[in-house]
Amino acid sequence: MNLNATLIAQLVVFLILAWFTMKFVWPPIMKALDERRSQIADGLAAADKAKTDLSHAGKKAGEELRLARESAAEFRSGAERQAAKLIEDARNEGALIVKAARDAAQAEAGLASQKAKEALREHVAALAVAGAERILRKEINAQVHAELLTQLKAEL
Amino acid sequence: MAAEHAPNATEYIVHHLTHLNSLGGAKQSGLVDLSVIHIDTLFWSISLGLFGVLLLAWAAQKATSGVPSRFQAAVEILVEMVESQSKSIVHGDRSFIAPVALTVFVWIFFMNAMDLLPLDVLPNIWSWMFGMAGHDPHHAFMRTVPTADLNATLGMSMGVLMLCIFYSIKIKGLGGWIHELFTAPFGNHPLLYPFNFAMQMIEFVAKTLSHGMRLYGNMYAGELIFMLIALMGAAWAGTASGALLWIGGVFAGTVWSIFHILIITLQAFIFMMLTLVYIGQAHETH
Repeated sequence: MNLNATLIAQLVVFLILAWFTMKFVWPPIMKALDERRSQIADGLAAADKAKTDLSHAGKKAGEELRLARESAAEFRSGAERQAAKLIEDARNEGALIVKAARDAAQAEAGLASQKAKEALREHVAALAVAGAERILRKEINAQVHAELLTQLKAEL
Repeated sequence: MAAEHAPNATEYIVHHLTHLNSLGGAKQSGLVDLSVIHIDTLFWSISLGLFGVLLLAWAAQKATSGVPSRFQAAVEILVEMVESQSKSIVHGDRSFIAPVALTVFVWIFFMNAMDLLPLDVLPNIWSWMFGMAGHDPHHAFMRTVPTADLNATLGMSMGVLMLCIFYSIKIKGLGGWIHELFTAPFGNHPLLYPFNFAMQMIEFVAKTLSHGMRLYGNMYAGELIFMLIALMGAAWAGTASGALLWIGGVFAGTVWSIFHILIITLQAFIFMMLTLVYIGQAHETH
């Protein structure tokens, strides 16, 4: 246990090392620590903001969904109405067409039966004339009795 | 070499406790002799101090605010520990005080950790070098734990004392500090001035001595115990008791080394904390 100049030297070394640490060690490390702390604080704030944004967005999405659902329902009921109308219109039109066709067919059938009656009448008249002709052969002159026959034909 | 003259226990310990000084290992005559210097203490303390601060500076240069490497994170833990301690103890500008505390902790930790190296490794390397250089290897002295030298620890504690005085004057002004020297702790009365001053002087001396002696005493005692354990290990002589002593030496060396890990860290921490406390006291006005 002897005290000597080592003590003074150690004291000087101590102060030099402390100065070196103050100059070159402490500031960069503290700077890095402070920067990281602010980065972490920023990150946390951003995370908070993102969370509130997310809840906002969720609310907005729900609202949008509700609106879309409503408009879709509206659309559907409109479409249903339109479809019902289309069906109704088509049915009416179809009924009209059917009626017109039936009328036309009836008219045509009436015409055809009229024609057939005419033809039948002509035939009957001719048959009657032929029959009468066979019965009254010789004595009856066709030209004489033509007027009579025409009258008879008209009465048929 | 060793065969021609195996040292006995006393010679072994004395050899290990002799400093490599500027007198070539000869004992210095007085208790205080400022013409003598301990070359080994200075060599190891400066080397370890440079190693410590350059390690920290290396970490500091690479420090990023992004994701830190493990090494950077370890240094940051250390720095934040010192920063929080200094913040809670010293109220004022800490731009120099906190780095002082960090330096003290790291430096003393490394100097204390020299105790954990096998006791004879560095001295034997040194005596081999000394012998190669053509000197008598028996006079190659080398103590590798700077904190087991009172010069080193008192040098540091006196550095802390100087910082205390510096900050006292800086905070209170020269007049304020001298005023405090004469009026605290007993009170401001002319009759009390001598007692106040005496108490203040005793306080400064006691603080500084206990600060330096505490670290020195712990490390010196620890080193001495390592020497005794090494003597146990060296008792191997082919006899049953020698073998038992050897086994005891291995066991005790293991236990003491593990315990010493705690001591070297704790003593470095205590020295740092007391540095902060003393400088913190210099900031407080009575």
